[in-house]
Amino acid sequence: MSFAATFSEAFSLIASLDGRVAEIVLLSIQVSGSAVVIGTFIGLPLGAVLAIGRWPGQQVGTVLVNALMGAPAVVIGVVVYLLLSRSGPFGHFGLLFSPTAMVIAQTVLVIPLMAAIARQVVEDAWQRYAEELQVMRFNWWHSLTTLLYDCRHSLLVAVLAGLGRAMSEVGAVMIVGGNIDGVTRVMTTAIALETSKGDLPLSIALGLVLISVILILNVVAHLMRAWAMKRYG
Amino acid sequence: MFPVTLSGVRFQPNGRTVLDGVDLELGDEGITLVMGPNGAGKSVLLRTLCGLIEPSAGSLTWAGGARPERGVMMVFQHPMMIRATVLENVALGLKPLGVPGAERRRRAADILERVALADRAQDSARHLSGGEQQRLALARAWLTKPRLLLLDEPTAALDPSATAEVERIIREIRTDGTRIVMTTHNLGQATRLGDDVIFISHGRVREHTPVQRFFARPASEEARLFIQGELPWRMAL
Repeated sequence: MSFAATFSEAFSLIASLDGRVAEIVLLSIQVSGSAVVIGTFIGLPLGAVLAIGRWPGQQVGTVLVNALMGAPAVVIGVVVYLLLSRSGPFGHFGLLFSPTAMVIAQTVLVIPLMAAIARQVVEDAWQRYAEELQVMRFNWWHSLTTLLYDCRHSLLVAVLAGLGRAMSEVGAVMIVGGNIDGVTRVMTTAIALETSKGDLPLSIALGLVLISVILILNVVAHLMRAWAMKRYG
Repeated sequence: MFPVTLSGVRFQPNGRTVLDGVDLELGDEGITLVMGPNGAGKSVLLRTLCGLIEPSAGSLTWAGGARPERGVMMVFQHPMMIRATVLENVALGLKPLGVPGAERRRRAADILERVALADRAQDSARHLSGGEQQRLALARAWLTKPRLLLLDEPTAALDPSATAEVERIIREIRTDGTRIVMTTHNLGQATRLGDDVIFISHGRVREHTPVQRFFARPASEEARLFIQGELPWRMAL
């Protein structure tokens, strides 16, 4: 099949709302979306705690989060696999090779990235406001929630970075999900499989959808941030 | 809480003397102006009073005891404005007091009337002018009904009309029963607002005297030169 014909077929798969493509795209969004939502509720407060907390081990925590930010997805996949496998500590839940396992793996993957970005953003605000918050007798919790609220628009970057990492990774979901057709097959694992099988139109169709989804989310986030900056300064 | 007594207070970060044996007593009424050249230690004195700085030596007592948990507030020259509305920024002052959200907003709306910012309640705090931001910060502090309010050059870089509005609010806060200590370089403001003046140079209190006496008969040569705007920079540093 020629290069042009491959692309032509890829576009027709998208245009005809091919059932296989739609199913894979939907599962990808569900898995990565869930991981990012959970990651947001853990990663952002964790980053803020590392930014404003003054406790023993804080520096170690910061280094650990920064190091894990670049951890290979396959390594995270193996660790989660071991934890969820029959002989692992959480094996009795029977989660391996399910979308839930994929959500867990991606959540573990995005938390350090989101926490590291949040730490930087919140630390900058903390340096500006620390004295005034101290004078107003803000305790640790009040400071944390106030700073997260103040930085909410900048923290969109952390959420987007997490979403980008979750949607584009293949190693972890392949290991813990197993790439089972109709059950745990997401865009990245499908692209890898279909390319190796030689079904390039489907790979390209999924690739185009993947890039489009990430692009649209970034555009929406950019517009929201621009509006917020104009509204709140 | 009062009198607040400082005895031999020193602050020497990295071996550099910023406060050099400050002895001072503050009663429970009035507006005290802290004056002196740049780098004299005025802002450091306010930060020491509100607990942001721990003295290297000396003692600071509140009615003979320890610093009270609540009742001391400070408004900075560049006050914090979080990315939220004017109303939310003012209501923030009540957050650590455990006041419920709806009550915080109601009280914040009331105080905004008193600082003439009610019509800006839903605007972004960061879009306010410098004078309006100072009024917001004063409202946020006032809302907590402090016994002692410390103001660090609240009218620096403000035009005369914004300065007059801030001074009106400071007088109202004082009338409400709050003791005020503020730094300023504005000699006219000192005569308009102050009851007494603390003149500092080189980290030492050179004079603590009623305003009229300070301007009529300054006790030190440095104070006289400062009033006349002739304090040489070598003496100021």
